[in-house]
Amino acid sequence: MIARQRDENPAGIHLPLDPLPGHSSRGRLERVLRRGEFAVTTELNPPDSADPEDVYNRAKIFDGWVDAINAVDASGANCHMSSVGICALLTRMGYAPIMQIACRDKNRIAIQGDVLGGAAMGVANMLCLTGDGVQAGDQPGAKPVFDLDSMSLLETCRIMRDNGKFLSGRKLTTPPQIFLGAAVNPFAPPFDFRPIHLGKKIAAGAQFVQTQYCFDVPMFKTFMQKARDLGHTEKVFILCGVGPLASAKTAKWIRSNVPGIHIPDAIIKRLEGAQDQKKEGKQLCTDIINEVKEIPGVSGIHVMAYRQEEYVAEIVDESGVLKGRQPWKREIRHDDQMVADRLDRILHDEITETQVDMVKTAH
Amino acid sequence: MSETQPAVTQATLVKKAAPKSDYKPADVSPQRRVQRSFAVRLWSIRHSRLLEWFYSRFADMFLLLHPLWKGIGYGRVEAPIKFVEKRVKGFMFDCRMCGQCVLSSTGMSCPMNCPKQLRNGPCGGVRANGNCEVEPDMPCVWVKAWEGSKNMVHGDKILDVQKPVDQSLRETSAWLRVTAQAATAREAAQAPKTGASA
Repeated sequence: MIARQRDENPAGIHLPLDPLPGHSSRGRLERVLRRGEFAVTTELNPPDSADPEDVYNRAKIFDGWVDAINAVDASGANCHMSSVGICALLTRMGYAPIMQIACRDKNRIAIQGDVLGGAAMGVANMLCLTGDGVQAGDQPGAKPVFDLDSMSLLETCRIMRDNGKFLSGRKLTTPPQIFLGAAVNPFAPPFDFRPIHLGKKIAAGAQFVQTQYCFDVPMFKTFMQKARDLGHTEKVFILCGVGPLASAKTAKWIRSNVPGIHIPDAIIKRLEGAQDQKKEGKQLCTDIINEVKEIPGVSGIHVMAYRQEEYVAEIVDESGVLKGRQPWKREIRHDDQMVADRLDRILHDEITETQVDMVKTAH
Repeated sequence: MSETQPAVTQATLVKKAAPKSDYKPADVSPQRRVQRSFAVRLWSIRHSRLLEWFYSRFADMFLLLHPLWKGIGYGRVEAPIKFVEKRVKGFMFDCRMCGQCVLSSTGMSCPMNCPKQLRNGPCGGVRANGNCEVEPDMPCVWVKAWEGSKNMVHGDKILDVQKPVDQSLRETSAWLRVTAQAATAREAAQAPKTGASA
């Protein structure tokens, strides 16, 4: 019998964990954070396909390196597989997804339905976002919904969980058990309002936050100093967003085309001066992680390596943030292995077993 | 949260694939084509403290007139009041008549002018120059709101978490609603006192 991993339900990997006192969800991420371990989350690049294998293959490369995987909700306003769909697939396989909910595409009726549906599938973490404007994506003619904003969405989820009610006041039979997240961007104006804005998100229900890409560590330190002074770090787990830049050209392009991402000149100079820019981008990411992990109040990192997902494991390994800890990994269980071995023989040996033969071999 | 994107985004491809013709309307949203100057709106935000003072006097006056509104009937005064309110607030703040005014909590910067209609603070897409992500030539409504609220006496009202917009109240008078609610609250506060003395 194989020893069970920490934070795994013995009755089945897809089942929620035992409830713990003081925990609002039955998920793995909350357990890791509340134990005081340095958490690592990442983002799954959503496939433009209807094949579940695409999702599984993309999740597999993070195996044993991350505590939770963000299922993005049409990020950049581009059409992809929905976050609910990705979560349905990931929870089946025992992964801990963070279901992103963006206010751009759904009104409060659809959103509250998705919160219930997601929680029923075993999604323990939900990240409440405003969402990019429709002009940024492949459907600029779409109608922007923005019925709720990230703050009222957080509050809606909190009310559903804590009061067991819809926004309308109608009662829920079973409230969702969810760990609520929000996004913050300390790198966009108004800078002095951002820490206060974080306080507002905490008041609305945020329990963990993921930040936008951090390329300017001093700026992030200033933000964290203010957040600590306001006492936010005791109420919320802050995961710093990091990621590798593919080249100086990409960095420049992002700087001028993707609003909200701040890349200082020094970073671009460093990339330009490097022989292998891709390698340097990865090294830069590791260096930033090593700096931010020392900042008091930072509880983890959120690695966003869009189209460079294969580097996530290396970056996490090289930065040593896990300190020898291995996050949950999907493993083939003993009984699964037995079935697989048997089926494999049947599939490849091309034998036709009849009931009569089976009885004969059994005796 | 936005992510790194390849050099050619879907948005670029879509734009390139658009039919080519000599007529190219300004690259902004339909709303912005109607109104392209922000001078008055920005003036109002710069003078948020004055407007805050004026607004509180104005609300008191409206409340004082409550017997009049009630006498004529709130339903009957709605149309003329809304006519005035829409034009005055439209001129001063580019009001969108959401019917549930929060100007006093947002530094006199109307949050409904935000393309995402955020009522609780800026999104993460504010440009480095403080302009909007969606409308590159418009100053971010929330950057301005923060500036405006810093001038105001009750500027800390920006910290209140606002409820989602009730869409069924669109195109109704916020002035009359606030007045009627204040009158009800006043009566409720007075009722136990008179009850105790009687």
